[in-house]
Amino acid sequence: MNALRELPAWIRWPLYAFIGIFLLTVVQSISDTERLTQVATSRQMLRFAVPIFLAGLGGLFSERSGVVNIGLEGMLILGMWFGAWGSIEFGPWWGLLIGMIGGGIGGLLHAIATVTFGVDHIISGVAINILAPAFTRFLSDEVWASPTTSPQTQSVGTWDVPFLAGGTVFGWESPDWLLSISQLEVWFLSDTAQLARGLLRGTHWVSYLVIVLVPATSWLIWRTRFGLRLRIAGENPQAGAAQGINILRYKYVAVIMSGVLAGLGGAFISTELSGLFQGGNSAGRGFIGLAALIFGNWRPGGVLIGALLFGYVFGLDLRDLDGTSSHAMLLVNTIALAGVAVWALKGKRRSDAVMAVILGSLSFIWWLSTETVPSWWSDVLPFVLVLLVLVFFSQRLRAPEKLGAPYFKGSS
Amino acid sequence: MRSLAFNLAAPVGAFVLTLIISSLALVAFGSNPIAAFSDMLGHASELETQVEILNRATPLYLSAVAAAIGFRMNLFNIGVEGQYLFAFIVAAQVGSLVSLPSILHIPLILITSMVVGGLFSGIAGLLKVTRGVNEVISTIMLNSIAVAGLIAALQARWQPEQENFTATTLGTAPVDESGLLPDANGLVELFTPEIGQGVELTGMIFVAAIVGILYYVLLNKMRFGFDLRASGLNPFAAKAGGVPPKQMIVMAMFLSGAVAGLIGMVELAEIGRFPADPIQGLGFAGIAVALLGRNNPGAMAFSALLFAFLDVSAGILQSTQTATKEIVNIMQGIVLLAAVIAYGVTKRIQTREEAKATAEALREDSNDTVGVLS
Repeated sequence: MNALRELPAWIRWPLYAFIGIFLLTVVQSISDTERLTQVATSRQMLRFAVPIFLAGLGGLFSERSGVVNIGLEGMLILGMWFGAWGSIEFGPWWGLLIGMIGGGIGGLLHAIATVTFGVDHIISGVAINILAPAFTRFLSDEVWASPTTSPQTQSVGTWDVPFLAGGTVFGWESPDWLLSISQLEVWFLSDTAQLARGLLRGTHWVSYLVIVLVPATSWLIWRTRFGLRLRIAGENPQAGAAQGINILRYKYVAVIMSGVLAGLGGAFISTELSGLFQGGNSAGRGFIGLAALIFGNWRPGGVLIGALLFGYVFGLDLRDLDGTSSHAMLLVNTIALAGVAVWALKGKRRSDAVMAVILGSLSFIWWLSTETVPSWWSDVLPFVLVLLVLVFFSQRLRAPEKLGAPYFKGSS
Repeated sequence: MRSLAFNLAAPVGAFVLTLIISSLALVAFGSNPIAAFSDMLGHASELETQVEILNRATPLYLSAVAAAIGFRMNLFNIGVEGQYLFAFIVAAQVGSLVSLPSILHIPLILITSMVVGGLFSGIAGLLKVTRGVNEVISTIMLNSIAVAGLIAALQARWQPEQENFTATTLGTAPVDESGLLPDANGLVELFTPEIGQGVELTGMIFVAAIVGILYYVLLNKMRFGFDLRASGLNPFAAKAGGVPPKQMIVMAMFLSGAVAGLIGMVELAEIGRFPADPIQGLGFAGIAVALLGRNNPGAMAFSALLFAFLDVSAGILQSTQTATKEIVNIMQGIVLLAAVIAYGVTKRIQTREEAKATAEALREDSNDTVGVLS
């Protein structure tokens, strides 16, 4: 485990991905399903993961500056509405931009309440989560004469990567290498090709942007003066203030930024995924983003992994009509929990190991004794996964030191 | 007297601000706010509407008390929504399986709902104290688990076999009359004999009142309440004082969920089963009511009435078309946000004044001492 951690990031990350795909392939070869490694599965994973990731990344900015942001869900909903409105009125790119502004307004409200007026962060967030859906219902009713749905929106569209996934270059159709590999039907190799192809073909422009955001945010947070000061605001604001840093301004910027990112996630849902604004389409992805943030230990790469993990389970559930894929996931759970047990034993955390073994055994017995799982189980699986992840990882994570603490100018 | 005026300034200010902002919103979209507000008030002056408001305020109040129990010790139980729906369906099913005299049947159902709600919410408490899982996230996830999966699964399983389904028979099997809390129309008749057919004041209003009183006594007058608040304010100090903070957390989550379990019993008493489409959203609205009423049992009752009035007003706006009915939700949202900000401001002013008063007292004190010495 430690040897793994010392590898450079560009080797380590693909390695994690390969381990994950290998696990899925092994499970799939002894199950009745082929969905675990299909092109459509990884495509659905990405579609679910992008808003989760954007909300989580928004939470990262806010929480690194010390402000808990449970209002992400509300900001995402604002982004959904404003994105749809902007897209209908001015065009697709404007939709994304206006969605970001809409979410940013939610962030500004949260900043005013928490930073300027010292309202408890969770209370302010809850208030925003109650206000945002009410506000969008009102606006929808006034603008589109229906409180819950909008007309068709315009989408920025998708792009196929040339050569790898058969995209066109200046009108010339390039070869589709990943398709050729997956048609070879070589064990593991073709599965990997299929999953990769789902990420590179028919992928929304915004999704490509998201990949860029991970290194960009890491650089911003850890390599720039802005990032250092942002982290000081969350770790030790008094020390920062003593050095002449305007802590309140950094908190404002961070919280507004978190609203902007959540708003982009919302606009992505309404304009790119659903093709219209529909109340309730956020499906709690702002909250899941918060869970991805915690899972990712307040780091951009970790948030992405969390978002992809939750996105995978959501995406699989959507396509799993006969319950066989979720049944196969029970075995994946078992193996993952076994891994957790071994890892916990190495760290001499006996109670963690015992718990992992018990849960893993239950999962295994369930897998052995049934052929399919009921549909309600696949519906709750993403949320159960979030809880499980928090159960095993909560104590190993480190939140910013002064997260949630009120800070006033001159306070000590 | 001054402190009372000070305490009232925040909610009144928030309400005035809400009226101004919502009026502006209505004017911006070409509606007449004065006509809309007078429709709402005129509607609310009718007896039927008033009963309707009380019926709506009752579950809101229970939901607010549920949230407030957690808030009093800095625990955020955001999962009231899932807890009450889950407790509702289980209690309705249990109630439909047995046939008992009312004196046993009704308590059985109420206690079932409280135990189920409490246990479901207790999961979040246990996860917090044993695994360090933040209760905000865990209650939200438990919410989704209940609403997205568990309830739908139980609904399908407990739907009795029927020849032809209609909207009014979908849901769990009906509970016998003996299990349904009688209405409280007698209470209305004390004030006016005019209460007509078809208007029923929910009997749960008495249960809500008892819960409110118990909440007040338990948290403000009894040792348990002090322990609870102490472990919320400062767990380390509480532990040093002999209060086990972990047990307090689990206990508070359990009590919060138990009260949440009662919310659905209002609808059960009215229709006698868990319907295909139960009233949702009471959990989140209850959090808003608790925040608006600052966890105070009396102020929460006022807030519940205000929210219920706004909810019920949606109907009249829809029929008179003076304004979109969605304006009432906006008003609820704005009054909440404005109030929490106003409370934040008054709290800071108070702290500052107290600090100033203490500093002055100290200065005078030291002057005196100097005087004595010299």
